[in-house]
Amino acid sequence: MRQLKDIASLIRSKNAGPFVLTFDIMFSSDEDYEIVARSGALSREMFAALYKQPVEKVRLFACPNARAFKFSIPRPLTQGDLGDGDMHGGQQSSPLMYVEIP
Amino acid sequence: MDEIRYVAASGAIGAGVHEPSLMQALELKPHFIASDAGTTDAGPFALGSGKTAFSREAVLRDTDIVLRAARKASIPVLIGSVGTAGADAHVDWMLDIVREIAADRGISLRVAVIRSEQDKGYLHELNAEGRILALDPAPPFDDATIDRSSHIVGMMGVEPLQAALEAGADLVIAGRCSDPALYAALPILRGFPPGLAWHAGKVAECGTLACETMGKGVIFATVRQDEAVIRPVGDGLRCTPQSIAAHSLYENADPYLHKECSGALDLTHSCYEQADEISVRITGSEFPAADRYTVKLEGAELAGYQSLIIGGVRDPYIIMQLDEWLSQITAYIKKGVTELLKAKPDEYTLVFHVYGRDAVMGVLEPRRSELPHEVGIVVEATAATQALATAIIQYCRQPLLHAPIPQWKGAITGFACLHNPAEIERGPVWRFNLNHVAVPHSSSEMFRMEMLTVGEALECVS
Repeated sequence: MRQLKDIASLIRSKNAGPFVLTFDIMFSSDEDYEIVARSGALSREMFAALYKQPVEKVRLFACPNARAFKFSIPRPLTQGDLGDGDMHGGQQSSPLMYVEIP
Repeated sequence: MDEIRYVAASGAIGAGVHEPSLMQALELKPHFIASDAGTTDAGPFALGSGKTAFSREAVLRDTDIVLRAARKASIPVLIGSVGTAGADAHVDWMLDIVREIAADRGISLRVAVIRSEQDKGYLHELNAEGRILALDPAPPFDDATIDRSSHIVGMMGVEPLQAALEAGADLVIAGRCSDPALYAALPILRGFPPGLAWHAGKVAECGTLACETMGKGVIFATVRQDEAVIRPVGDGLRCTPQSIAAHSLYENADPYLHKECSGALDLTHSCYEQADEISVRITGSEFPAADRYTVKLEGAELAGYQSLIIGGVRDPYIIMQLDEWLSQITAYIKKGVTELLKAKPDEYTLVFHVYGRDAVMGVLEPRRSELPHEVGIVVEATAATQALATAIIQYCRQPLLHAPIPQWKGAITGFACLHNPAEIERGPVWRFNLNHVAVPHSSSEMFRMEMLTVGEALECVS
């Protein structure tokens, strides 16, 4: 079965301000976007399980004109606070690479 | 006036303005040039300390280029969030740079300085009136938060910038500022639709990041009554409907709704079309006005002084029981710090960043239980003084080196120190302590504008 990394053109994470992490999944064609959209594999429940977050904290946006999906969650630790290991929030997206797309 | 045209010189003053592209963009007859110069992206250090993320030399170079271009075209320049965090110390730093440029070039400038650092007494009054509200998620907040903060800034919208432009400024030096506001201020002042003005500004503010592929150049925008057009200027740069639509995702929690002081930019009904080979036309963007005017607050406070020790572990017996090994070491250290250094557990924080296991993702790491053959460990001690932080971290070295494990009989050295001396002093470290908005009594009371004449003209320019 194909995984998200085999279809997406970019999977990335970043701070959205010091208190929120945001994840973008982007595609280089409308067809690829539609394949993933129709699969239903990207859901708040999937993300909540993968990142061990309560599902009500997970926001999901479908952006067809950008050929993208976006997840946002509260940061487990505020950017730069004691214990935070990713100042820019840029290295939090790798687990999404292996999501299976039926 | 049937349109407003402008140039976004850079994603950040100090990161490098591409002068040939900026000069080329002048041929399109812009009405102003703008750029932001700050962000929270680098972390709380700049706001906490009053220092800057970019060097003085780099900011002077970029500012000089922008001012020369603006002078050539006889148009104003707006620079916002100066000095990275836009506190008063940063505004003074930027003003000093502008004074140097004016002196070196022999020019005179009417400079509007807009300060956005907030007086603590004023914030206490707002809080007493219930005019400081939490966003979601927000750290705990009370009057003591205000007192602990080293600097608190309010993020200005278009209104103070419009006042500066109406006062005839050649250069606006703004403290903390909404990035798109720098670009939306003049179009809205001249009666263009706020939805298109804010959206064009939102796209322009990151410079060429809105292009299909990043490259050297500037963004040129045109705002009309029924459309906004985004055009890159620079070799090989191209905007597409997809690259412009995708840009609204970047660093935003919600790709469709962007809150500002006076309302929210709503992109739900935005349309993107290729206007020519490299430009994109935006229509349909809306900016419903907010019920009340709010100003986002940013604050930073001292978290303490920090020292750290960096090393690694290669022994598979230690790695397979890393949690137990670390908790044994932690217990030993805490006991020693209490007995020898007389510091109570709540007077310091000890953090182990275990690279190879979960240092990067922390609690979000799904593969924590997979055992690597080697781990890197950064131990951080943070305390009220540098001396205590360093004493604690120096005390950590022995238990890290020699904590026993049952698999080996006899003394081991289980931690590979990277340095000698093993400890590194980091100095003061800061934390963001506000994700709140203020509800001021008026849109102007949180921002203070001053008009200055900087420099003396050595030549007559007409």
